[in-house]
Amino acid sequence: MIDSKERASKLSYLPPKTDWMDTPTVYKEGMYCYAAKPSRLEYMDAPYPKDWSCMDEDWQLPENWKEIILEGMKERLEKYRTFKIFMDICVRCGACADKCHFFIGTGDPKNMPVLRAELLRSVYRNNFTKAGKILGRIGGARELTIDVLKEWWYYFFQCTECRRCSVFCPYGIDTAEITIIGRELLNLLGLNIDWIAAPVAFCFRTGNHMGIQPHAFVDMLDFFTDEIENVTGVRMEQTFNKKGADLLFICPSGDVFGDPGTFTCMGYMILMHYLREVHGLDCTWSTYASEGGNFGLFTSHETMKRLNAKMYAEAERLKVKWILGAECGHMWRVINQYMVTMNGPADFLEEPVNPLTGTKFENAKATKMVHITEFLSDLIQHKKLDLDPSRNDRLKVTFHDSCNPARGAGILEEPRHVIKNVCNHFYEMPRNCIREQTFCCGCGSGLNAGEDMELRMTGGMPRGNAVRYVNELHGVNTLACICAIDRAVLPTLMGYWAPEVDVCGISELVANALIIPGEKEKTENLRGEPILRKDVEPDEWYTRPDFPGREE
Amino acid sequence: MNKKYMYSLLAVIVLILLPYVGVEAAGLQVLFGIIIPYLAVLIFIIGFIYRVMDWASSPVPFRIPTTCGQQKSLPWIKQNKIDNPFTTGAVIIRMALEILFFRSLFRNTSIGLNQGPKISYVWEKWLWIVALAFHYSFLTVLIRHLRFFLEPVPVWLQWLEKIDGFFQIGLPGLYMSGAVLLAAVTFLVLRRIYLPQVRYISLAADFLPLFLIISIAITGILMRYFTKVDVVGIKELAMGLASFHPAIPDGIGALFYIHLFLVSILFIYFPFSKLMHMPGVFMSPTRNLPNNTRAKMHINPWNYPVKVHTYDEYEDEFREKMKEAGLPLEKE
Repeated sequence: MIDSKERASKLSYLPPKTDWMDTPTVYKEGMYCYAAKPSRLEYMDAPYPKDWSCMDEDWQLPENWKEIILEGMKERLEKYRTFKIFMDICVRCGACADKCHFFIGTGDPKNMPVLRAELLRSVYRNNFTKAGKILGRIGGARELTIDVLKEWWYYFFQCTECRRCSVFCPYGIDTAEITIIGRELLNLLGLNIDWIAAPVAFCFRTGNHMGIQPHAFVDMLDFFTDEIENVTGVRMEQTFNKKGADLLFICPSGDVFGDPGTFTCMGYMILMHYLREVHGLDCTWSTYASEGGNFGLFTSHETMKRLNAKMYAEAERLKVKWILGAECGHMWRVINQYMVTMNGPADFLEEPVNPLTGTKFENAKATKMVHITEFLSDLIQHKKLDLDPSRNDRLKVTFHDSCNPARGAGILEEPRHVIKNVCNHFYEMPRNCIREQTFCCGCGSGLNAGEDMELRMTGGMPRGNAVRYVNELHGVNTLACICAIDRAVLPTLMGYWAPEVDVCGISELVANALIIPGEKEKTENLRGEPILRKDVEPDEWYTRPDFPGREE
Repeated sequence: MNKKYMYSLLAVIVLILLPYVGVEAAGLQVLFGIIIPYLAVLIFIIGFIYRVMDWASSPVPFRIPTTCGQQKSLPWIKQNKIDNPFTTGAVIIRMALEILFFRSLFRNTSIGLNQGPKISYVWEKWLWIVALAFHYSFLTVLIRHLRFFLEPVPVWLQWLEKIDGFFQIGLPGLYMSGAVLLAAVTFLVLRRIYLPQVRYISLAADFLPLFLIISIAITGILMRYFTKVDVVGIKELAMGLASFHPAIPDGIGALFYIHLFLVSILFIYFPFSKLMHMPGVFMSPTRNLPNNTRAKMHINPWNYPVKVHTYDEYEDEFREKMKEAGLPLEKE
């Protein structure tokens, strides 16, 4: 892969000479994910499973594929007001054009949100509007052909459903919604990517995207228990599938499985141990509902509902009071905007109250699910955690707002409140790159595969650039986030665009700052890195050659 | 020459010639002065209502507002009540700011790629300013035209005209709204033609309303300031139309019929086109709903049961392994 500087210098935002309808879609290596294997679709009873590659000439479509798509569009126009209105009212003002990280990173005009939507809109006009039928091409209409279908597949899997464009649209047109429906249509023909279809099938069967079976899930956490004991000197046993626990705790399985999410997972475990030992609050893990994330959201509304159903089912079975949800991006889009509508009402749960502080989580009284940073913020505000933020002094932290908590919920200040109480050095990235204007990691919505690295590095360019900026300005060395996909993909992205920056979850920072009863004198954090000695200035420490992460 | 705007330009030229020839050569004043205007208003009203009802007939299954600020959560965390509304009242404020002041467009930025690489984001205010100028001047012009349909002219309308003609330039006094409208719409056309990305995303259908509005503005300005048409005759025609006793007075020039015909075309075109963004903005579910789904259950009218993988099925499959790992079981 070309180096980041060279990539940026080659970028051009000038559109090609030919009109977009006349510009054929060329599948570029590294810009797409592999096609879904038939076994995944079969497991979900999804239509038209087949062994195929997007590079094949013949996509093995059923004979009436056009009919299926058009019928699917008709059905969705009748079911979703969003879809119908977004197809009709765009004026092509262009305000969204340079808001998309994929457009900024690639310069490909079909990555402008407006054109991504036009790919679908042109077919809508042709088949569902009078003006389109009469005026044809002049009215922006075009026939649905196999090339159009292939164009959809390429570009609907080059959108991370991050909704940044929707913030700037004067009519609130949400490209995520258009992509969601576009992918739903493609799925009617069995045209998914494997990186989405596999986690979906795994999650349906084993309860989590990684396909970790119950005994292995317990093994993983046992392994972390040993790790934690090494660092803290305290053995922190966890409970699983425990009936009558106070809270059910659900985290994205990415944190259980891959570095550096595993340190966040250890953070959850330390927090739960602390709550049990110090405050007598009993949180249980579930192996059945062992996934917070929901790749169904990237497949179809129905798949999303099928996977999400486990959360309430398990909470009801275990007779807990309410559910505590961990750090995950699209998981919280689903919980905040879909869950109770799809699988509620959750009458069997209590309206969430923090038993330690008495705080009522008014904003979660229907869903009965609380975000861990809301919970942590409450504990910190009421001084229920014994914290020593100086243990994080070697870290200069900035916060990456994950797209979905930011633009699909508005969880902006809670994580910041937590970070500022567990770290002494916090710096914001520039205003246009955070909060509701935050940039995607470039890998959301199921695009965090290995084969589309080119796409990931281009899409992550604006985020990488902003981190690089605070790295150069303030010496920021840690990028905190509340999303498991972020934790999985940002290290690679940082390696490419901002090489001196590590990635971590907020619970990891909390756990490192937490003073645990009975702990040994701490010299290392969860990663085995030495924590800052009291006699060294952070700035001096950071420039020393023995500073962790400096050896390469 | 770009084919896209040539099509629209040609269409508008034809639309100008039609009434000219029709009135001057064929004497079709009744067609262009009475029948088409009535038809246009009818199509506009029916089409507009039909489209809005059609949107309304599709439900809003999920509550998916785009949240542009801090949510309502804990007492010590300050909520952004407007950009992340929790109540209907707050949604009304959000919508009012959106509709009256184009709040989202106000946020617009433009990126620059600099050496380094360093990406810069600059506040892009021009589209927002011109869009506001365009819509408000258009509205003012439209309201001013009520003078032709009302006798006596209401006081508030006279006040509006006074404000609009505040600068008292020339005779008859120049209305700011007309000049601003023409300037703004010209900017919008030039933007579509000269900004490469905007040109690339533009359809022929995006130029047509702009050219129509330019032609309408120019013919209006010509009539008022240059050819000095028979205003009394025009008012007589307008009053006739408004009171459903239409009659064609003598002495109204072809220029007026061109103006009227283009307006009629705009009305007819409206419900079939992107101009429907006007009612659409009120109905956009990402803006007009509160972000309170976690507190208040939103009902999906077509929610249906789906096939799930139950705990019992899960335990059946993994019972032995669960037992070995010491996990509690429902059935031993």
